[in-house]
This record gives sequence, structure tokens and C-alpha cells, in this order.
Amino acid sequence: MNMVQPKAEAKRRGLKLRTGKLLHQMRLNRQSYFMLAPYFLIFFTFTVFPVLMSMLLSFTDFNMLQFPDWVGLQNYARLFITDEVFLIAVKNTIILATITGPVSYIACFILAWLINELSPKMRAFVTLVFYAPSLSGSAFIVWKLLFSDDSYGYINAFLLENRFISDPILWSTRTDLILPILILVQLWLSLGTSFLAFIAGLQGMDKTLYEAGAVDGIRNRWQELWYITLPSMRPQLMFGAVIQITASFAISEVSKQIAGFPSIQYAGHTIVTHLDDYGGIRFEMGYASAIATVLFVIMLSSNLIVQKLLRKVGE
Amino acid sequence: MTMNILRFHRKRLNRSMPVDFLLFLLLSAVGVFMALPLVFVINNAFKPIDEIFIFPPKFFVRYPTLKNFEDLYHLLAAFWVPYTRYIFNTVFIAVVGTAGHVILASLAAYPLAKKQIPGKKVLFTCVVLSLMFSANVTAIPNYMTMSWLGLLDSYWAVIIPAFGSSLGLFLMKQFMEQMVPDSVLEAARIDGCSEVKIYWKIVMPMVKPAWLTLIIFSFQGLWGSGGSGKVYIYSEQLKTIDYALGQILSGGIVRTGPSMAATLLMISVPIVLFLITQSNVIQTMTTSGMKD
Repeated sequence: MNMVQPKAEAKRRGLKLRTGKLLHQMRLNRQSYFMLAPYFLIFFTFTVFPVLMSMLLSFTDFNMLQFPDWVGLQNYARLFITDEVFLIAVKNTIILATITGPVSYIACFILAWLINELSPKMRAFVTLVFYAPSLSGSAFIVWKLLFSDDSYGYINAFLLENRFISDPILWSTRTDLILPILILVQLWLSLGTSFLAFIAGLQGMDKTLYEAGAVDGIRNRWQELWYITLPSMRPQLMFGAVIQITASFAISEVSKQIAGFPSIQYAGHTIVTHLDDYGGIRFEMGYASAIATVLFVIMLSSNLIVQKLLRKVGE
Repeated sequence: MTMNILRFHRKRLNRSMPVDFLLFLLLSAVGVFMALPLVFVINNAFKPIDEIFIFPPKFFVRYPTLKNFEDLYHLLAAFWVPYTRYIFNTVFIAVVGTAGHVILASLAAYPLAKKQIPGKKVLFTCVVLSLMFSANVTAIPNYMTMSWLGLLDSYWAVIIPAFGSSLGLFLMKQFMEQMVPDSVLEAARIDGCSEVKIYWKIVMPMVKPAWLTLIIFSFQGLWGSGGSGKVYIYSEQLKTIDYALGQILSGGIVRTGPSMAATLLMISVPIVLFLITQSNVIQTMTTSGMKD
């Protein structure tokens, strides 16, 4: 007893001292906190709070008019057991993400690496050409004109003229072609922020590393790439991975514009379009929140797993 | 052939001509794939109507004309809301949203990058994690928040969330951390400058490439798609130009010419902006890496 009390007393005093110190620190830096406040007020209101809110609402039945009803895991049960369209959406999303994610990521890197060898003027021009689709907003609708069903469609006309096909392909009704077309358009849009980050990373490389590498017996550009360039670009590679992964799971506008909303037999349906269907059209907010929560978990966990893997590059 | 185009910036490692040639082919093929749709837009914007409907369709324009731009002007003039209003709405949202984002994000990035304050690690981790999911996740609660705040159907429903975009803060903080030397800040503090003054007079001029980058990223997001306006704004006179152009596009195949002219005008704004700021953007992205 006698031994415990002073200990607890000391602990309490230590805690008090620490909180006091912390408060003192914060008071000293109050200017800094004032500078942080406006941005983080908005950030928490529109990014952090909604995630938590979404998780909470996913356990309710809510139509925006009446107070939400607590329904436990019912929404999730419905999603994974009875909602067949959701399972199609998950399947499509996974197909789209596992193809466009890695392909676009590798393409961003390889193209940046090839561009790096061009003269500065040429490099600026090629960068602009490759980055222009990401800059041009909703201009990807042009692809719809290229993939028109009749023989006026440019791709049909091209294929007809060169006798690859004898009748125009009805692109919009071929459910087996919708995902490949979406992948194509998504790849067209995917040389974005990460591509620029990789170009920048390669330009900022320490040139003496290459010279040291040559002394150490690096023979060709492939060895140079693997042993010198990739390891020293790890921070950019990790940033690029985050951007590409998040984008590849968020495919929705492209699907809506190219395949239609809802698409024929849900052939282009993704988790996000399913979410928009329930949140924006049917106003089943509880159910839509469950979809949003599933999407959140998929995006965050795949990002964290890839981050963990990339940390091993060159180690 | 490849030798003239590829210029090597250091002593060349042994390379083989065939591999160089293959890589050059690869680069050209991707270039054609990336450029084709935009070249298509440019050509169709200048095609007279008989060339648009010629069969079989020809990719390149033969007798360019400005007729489509004229038609576009007449179509826009026939709208119930004057088209200048749509343009004003777009410019207002893009400019105010971008300006606010650049100021608030850099104001917050400075203490995160350069001050030792309790809690900054937690805040920055939140920002990094938020890069790992898209805005779709937060759409539903945000709609409710907007309705509670009475901001539905106003510019602010689009503008205010744009202020808090996380990519901008991330890039700005990384750039400040690596590009602004502590000694300069220390000297200013000894001279008695307040933190806000240090931020505005010393840090901001030093991070010009970063804020130019934030401008182009934020502007491009708000310009092309009108941001989240599709969801939040339903009054006709508050809608953005991309909505009006969408209406023209939905007029069907006869509107191909004018809508291509419209698309060309729309995309040329961010492309020109990027052309001007390109070297600054690349410089900013040098520091974009994630450390741990």
C-alpha cells in the first residue's frame, strides 16, 4: 500500500507535467495552429468526418427524410448475399483495377524512363502529348465517336476498309467488348500525376550514382535501371502507386459516358456506379453508405499492401 | 534514325541498335495512341459539314473552315440562360476554388513542413491516407453536410471542398520541407518576423514552382468537369459551361462539328496553362516522393 501510493502519485504528477508541457508547447506555437486551422477545418469536415459518418450510416436504413433506423449488419448481408448486381460490380471493378492499375503504373514508369533520354525540347513536347489526355477533362467522350456502331464510326470504317471485318461491329451492344473498351479509355487517361512524378524523379537523379555504378561494373542500361535508378526513385514510386491504385478502383465517369448508366446487362457496372445508383438515384443512403465503406476498405487496404511491398524494392 | 533523336546526357553504356530501335518504335506507338483522339478533335472541329458526313469517313480535314465555331456561337446564343453566364460560372468556380486552395494549403503546409509542433505527424498521416481513397467514398455524407449548411445549389458547395483537396497540401508540404533551407527561416526569426510574415514574405516566393503546380492541378479539376457541380447545383443560371456543352453534344450526330469545336476550346485552356507552367510542375514533382 505504502509503496503503491507514492508511485501513483508520481505517475499522476508526471502526467500532469507532461500535459502541462504539451499545452505550453502548443501555446508557444499558437501561430502555427492558426495557420493550420482553416485548411484542416475544411479537410476534416469534407474528408475525415464523411468517412466515419459513412461507416456509421452503413448500419442504418436512411432515406434523408426520416431519422435513420439502426439495422445492424443487414445492409452488408444484402450486399454480399442477395444483391447480384453488386457482385457483378465487384467483379468488373477488380478486373478493371487489376489490369489498368499495374499496366498504367508500369507504362508511366517506362515511358518516363524513355522520355528521359530525349533532348530537353523534345522531352517537353512528348510530355505534353502524353499528359494532354489527363488534362482534357471530359474530352474522353471522343472515344464514343471513334467506337460508333455504324460504318460511319472511325474504327469500324478503318477495320472495314482494311478488310479486317466485313460488317461493322456493334460496339455498344457487345457486352464482351465493353470492359476491354473501358480499359483502353482508362489507360488513355492514366498518364497523369504519377507520370509527371516519375519524369521529375528521373531528372532529379544524382548523376554521380551512375558514374559510381559504372566503376562498380554495371554493364548495360537494364542493370543500371534495376540496381541504381529504381532503388533511388523509391519515394516517387510509392507516391505514383498510391495515385494509380486509387484511380484504378474509382473508375466510374468513363463507364457512365462510354458504356451508359446503367450499362447493358451491367457489363460496365463498377462499385462506384453502383454507389451512385443507390446514393444519387434511389436515395437509399444507408445501403449506399455500406457500398462506400466497402469501397473505402478495398482502396485503403490495397494501397497499404502495395506500399508495404514497394518498401522492399532495392532493400 | 534513333541516334539523331535520342541524345545521351552521359557516357553511353553499351547499347544495341535493335533495342534502341524497338524502344523508339514503342515510344512512337504510344505517342500515336495518346495523340489520336485529340488530333481527331482538332480535325473535326475544322471540318465542313460535308466532310464530317463523308463516307467512308476521312480522319484528316481537307478544306478547314471556322463554320463549326460560328455554329457553336449561334447554338450557345439560343440558350435560355445567356452563355456568358455559363462561362462566368465556370471561371468563377475554377478561379476562386483554385486561389483558396493554393492559399489555405500552403498556409497549412508551412507549419507541417518546418515547425516542430505536437500533432503534426497525425495530421499529415491523415492527409497521406486520404490520398488512398477517392472522393466517391465521401460523396453521400458530403451531400448531407451541404444540405445542413444550406450550401446546396450554390457555387460554394463546389468551391469549399476544393479548398481542402489533399494532393495539393501533400505536394506543397513535401516541396517546402526539401526546398526551403531552415537557416533562412532561423535568420528571419532572429530578426523578429512573425510566422505569418515568414510564410508570406520568405517561404511563398521560394516555393513558386509548387504553387504553380497546385494552380494547374486544382484548376484542371474544377474546369473540365465543373467539379462536383453536377451533384450540387441544379439552378440553370448557376451551371457551368461543360453542362451547356454537354447539352449541345447530346443534340446528336448533326452537332458533331460544333461540339468538337466546343471540346477543342474547353481543353485548350488547361493545356495552354500546363504548357506555360510545365517546367515548374516537373520541378515540384521532384519532391513528391513518399518517405515512410
